[in-house]
Amino acid sequence: MSALVLAEHDGGKLNPATLATVTAAAAVGGPVHILVAGGDDASAAADEAAKVAGVEKVLLASDAAYARQLAENVAPLVAGLMDGYEAFFAPATTTGKNIAPRVAAMLDVMQLSDIIGVEGPKTFTRPIYAGNAIATVESSDAKLVITVRATAFDKAAAEGGSASVEAVSGPGDAGLSTFVGLDATESERPELTSAGIIVSGGRALKDSATFEATITPLADKLGAAIGASRAAVDAGYVPNDYQVGQTGKIVAPELYIAIGISGAIQHLAGMKDSKVIVAINKDPDAPIFQVADLGLVADLFDAVPELTGKL
Amino acid sequence: MKILVPVKRVIDYNLKPRVRSDGTGVDLSNIKMSMNPFDEIAVEEAIRLAEAGKADEVVVVSIGPAKAQETLRTGMAMGADRAILVETDDEVEPLAVAKILKAVVAEENPGMVIMGKQAIDDDSNQTGQMLAALLGWAQGTFASKVELDSDAVTVTREVDGGLETVKLGLPAIVTTDLRLNEPRFAKLPNIMKAKKKPLDVKSPSDYRVDITPRLKTLKVVEPPVREAGEIVPDVDTLVAKLKAMGAV
Repeated sequence: MSALVLAEHDGGKLNPATLATVTAAAAVGGPVHILVAGGDDASAAADEAAKVAGVEKVLLASDAAYARQLAENVAPLVAGLMDGYEAFFAPATTTGKNIAPRVAAMLDVMQLSDIIGVEGPKTFTRPIYAGNAIATVESSDAKLVITVRATAFDKAAAEGGSASVEAVSGPGDAGLSTFVGLDATESERPELTSAGIIVSGGRALKDSATFEATITPLADKLGAAIGASRAAVDAGYVPNDYQVGQTGKIVAPELYIAIGISGAIQHLAGMKDSKVIVAINKDPDAPIFQVADLGLVADLFDAVPELTGKL
Repeated sequence: MKILVPVKRVIDYNLKPRVRSDGTGVDLSNIKMSMNPFDEIAVEEAIRLAEAGKADEVVVVSIGPAKAQETLRTGMAMGADRAILVETDDEVEPLAVAKILKAVVAEENPGMVIMGKQAIDDDSNQTGQMLAALLGWAQGTFASKVELDSDAVTVTREVDGGLETVKLGLPAIVTTDLRLNEPRFAKLPNIMKAKKKPLDVKSPSDYRVDITPRLKTLKVVEPPVREAGEIVPDVDTLVAKLKAMGAV
């Protein structure tokens, strides 16, 4: 079964979620091609994609209409290419989640969202009910359209492949939407979904300044990314893209330190696949302790600075 | 402008679903059901646009069992003007929902459709994008801010790297994220009033849509349980254990 993978890239750099998506696509069997759609910087990402192990061919669609990944423009490009493929895979990032269903509807296919396992050529597992249940689902459609939870699959090797790069074109600007701007969160830190260590804070951090003063030194010490619970984001302590949880980011780092987070099911759904979970909370009954490998019942304003000092 | 708001009846947000022991699905018998929280946000946003004089009618529509009438009444108690129930006891997948909604849009001619980004039962996050594709409309997904003008809508979207703003020609689809607004609670007089607001009942066949599922659920199981670890007495023990695990 030949599969087309939509590359996620930024400024000519391939997002690691693309590599996990390649692994999922390869598990279905058959050749894997990557589509890099973008503006002028897309060719650098295409060169990077060509080196990914196991990729047979890279399709490069370079057009100003694709520079901002507008779904109205990218979906017709993908749908037009799908004559040659039996499956389309996109990472379940906000970009993939925006584009893939539009492709699915154009192909009259029922999409499989956020898969976490490949059981057979048309059979997949995916979480439902905020991760409280795992469904095994089989498609009867002629083609597959799938989004992939990147943390559930190993990343394909970024080096070792030598795919050819072929230029393709699509209908271009659909004339429905325009990009106005991106208010990007500036950070020197590792990106949440690919970080090895994450320090996350909850509502107990009181306010934005306290969150910063408490969480940041520990994250700096560990070279960690910073996350937050929905409560902390809703309260305005940190920007929206810090949110870990079912409706925020799904993460699975080597070490996840939850500070002042009670552990609502929606939060647990976003981080319970982390390798080691540490929880610091003054409430001994907080649900976060039910999933933590190491729990410390303490006032975080004492414990966190002490931990930062002793690491 | 008329705004159409699709809503879904789902397990209440605060309840933990129970997986049936025979692996056939989630047990929803005798469980409190409510409006999908993202759809509540969509209803609220539509009502606010109406209150600001930017929309003149808000129509809520649901596809589901007879009991989804309660969900539609909730939407009308919040302030929607009337409701349409496309009644079916079958499970309807997002693609079929989008096809039914396309037919409803053809009858109602709304200037905008505002809907939740995903339902908290199947977590698909598909219907809005699919409806936009079927209609050939623009889509502003995962919205945290919506500014409606006479000929365009500017949508701020919650994306992985921050906040993205796009401008969409009308008509358009908007799907809501959590921080778009805080939905109001319906007041008792409005709940009483909502009982008298019009509610049309239709069926999928009225719209000539084939709702045969494309996906077959083979089994549903509980996720692997993560065992609770240990409670450590102090920071020194925590640091020692983390070092012993090789975690830091």
